Amino acid sequence: MSDNQSLDNQDVLAREDIRKDEFLVYEKPDTLTDTPFHYCPGCGHSTVHKILMEVIDEMGIQGDTIGVAPVGCSVFAYHYLNVDMQQAPHGRACAVATGIKRVRPDKMVFTYQGDGDLAAIGGNETIHAANRGENFTIVFINNGIYGMTGGQMAPTTLEGMLSTTSPYGRDIETMGHPMNMTQIVAGLPGAAYVTRQAVYKPSLTRKAKKALKKAIQVQQKGLGLSLVEIVSNCPSAWKMTPLESHDFIVDKMIPYFPLGDIKVPEEL
Amino acid sequence: MGEIKLMKGNEALAEAMIRAGCDAYFGYPITPQSEVLEYLAREATKRTGMVVLQAESEIGAINMIYGASGTGKRVMTTSSSPGISLMQEGLSYIAGAELPCLVSNINRGGPGLGTIQPSQADYFQAVKGGGHGDYHLIVLAPNSVQEMVDFVKLGFELSEKYRNPVMILADGAIGQMMEKVELFDYIKRTEEIPEWATVGKKKGQDRNYITSLFIEPETMERVNLRLQKKYREIEANEVRYQTENLDDAEYIFTGYGLGARICMKAMELGREKGYKIGFIRPISLYPFPYQVYADIAPKVKGILDVEMNAGQMVEDVRLAIEGNTRIEFYGRMGGMIADPEEILNYFEEKYINGGA
Repeated sequence: MSDNQSLDNQDVLAREDIRKDEFLVYEKPDTLTDTPFHYCPGCGHSTVHKILMEVIDEMGIQGDTIGVAPVGCSVFAYHYLNVDMQQAPHGRACAVATGIKRVRPDKMVFTYQGDGDLAAIGGNETIHAANRGENFTIVFINNGIYGMTGGQMAPTTLEGMLSTTSPYGRDIETMGHPMNMTQIVAGLPGAAYVTRQAVYKPSLTRKAKKALKKAIQVQQKGLGLSLVEIVSNCPSAWKMTPLESHDFIVDKMIPYFPLGDIKVPEEL
Repeated sequence: MGEIKLMKGNEALAEAMIRAGCDAYFGYPITPQSEVLEYLAREATKRTGMVVLQAESEIGAINMIYGASGTGKRVMTTSSSPGISLMQEGLSYIAGAELPCLVSNINRGGPGLGTIQPSQADYFQAVKGGGHGDYHLIVLAPNSVQEMVDFVKLGFELSEKYRNPVMILADGAIGQMMEKVELFDYIKRTEEIPEWATVGKKKGQDRNYITSLFIEPETMERVNLRLQKKYREIEANEVRYQTENLDDAEYIFTGYGLGARICMKAMELGREKGYKIGFIRPISLYPFPYQVYADIAPKVKGILDVEMNAGQMVEDVRLAIEGNTRIEFYGRMGGMIADPEEILNYFEEKYINGGA
């Protein structure tokens, strides 16, 4: 169309003619607000927010859900997730969720935490919530780095991986091994369902979505703690393009943090 | 008249929690207050269904309090000095998020691991900050087992009225001593859920979220101004104190909590010797009763402030009197407790014999 032609051309559909239910192929669920995400291009948070909220929408539990946001890139999760939410001090989400679930046991309670939040400062709260078999669901985004604060080393940073506090690469001798926190949690009897997923390609995203649904069902059955780890990326702090970061997940992260169910309750 | 019982301070506190309809208690053992958790573990759940949970640490406990309070439930925790230090982060968040909760510090000697003996060295921590940021706890200082009980009921009311944490600042002696106490009847709890609580988004309404994060400075300043407005209201309406013999007083003895009880006895002994001594006991340490001291200062020859610390409340008394009278301080530390004769001797040394 040339610059001179007006849009009153009858071949062009009006906006209200396009936005009809019969033409609807996909829409954002009600369980996400209209606030644009601030996450970096290619970041896994966006995908996980979406599938988590799609599950809550499909299960019809928006009005019975209380989420706990961490400190980290997803500290603002409460601006995006259209459910009642509490923002917790760094690492304390599992204790905050314990408080919520113990006094409101009929609600679906979840935490959404990064690797520093869950495994470093929050290690004790995470382990003890699992040990007590608290009936809430942890969504654990593991990208092996502290994104929000500028790219420092995390408990799950891989050997040799560069970060602002391991500028010559993670050195096992002085900094220890990358920590498999999910394994530690799975070893506790109170942890009922523990699984590791990824969202860097659609087939895995669909699997991750199913895992989130399963986790919530475990909670609804009162079987104990459910934990869904998502091995994810941080293009910004890893200093990679989004596509390079997906390769890094495949080549480096997943060999150390293999995908799949780690613990599944018999009842499922 | 309510039920009368002979009770230990810590247990009376726990009993009061049950009767006040506390929905949940999350705590951690630490001497000299573990009896609170133990009593509740034995009694509470079977009587009222109260959730009682021993957390993995005081950090766990205060964060469980934060979570449960956010859902509109009436919640309390207790600890002692080192444990209260661990709770400071949580208390700052609770104040910043404007949530109600009740916490009690059964003050023991410090700093560090210190001793299990009573002390008043946490006044600064309780009243002047504790955690980071511009906030205040409402602080009530009981001086008897009866006040431990009364302040649980009052504390819950104040914390819910102002959506702010309230602290009962007691000490190891009050926690452990046994006294006669009148217990109030069970309070019928409301079924109403506060409109800000996170209990699940209602259809057609915005969901609730609880946060203390306001990253734009303009917003953070607005939030702080709102908090400050609340604190001015608290300062105007919730000052509590006790005075005795102010009418003809030439000297004032002052203290809080256990220190005040000893002061009062010292005043009686002093009166027997002919000294015209009056007495001021702040009951609310925040908001502090500055005006009471300001009013009396020009009329007296001096004040003797007695505390179980190196001199903490005395700074507020100094602020209050604006130099209009003399002030002396007597403090015992580390769990040592002064006796009334000791205080009177010090008074005589400073004010009567050559100390003018």
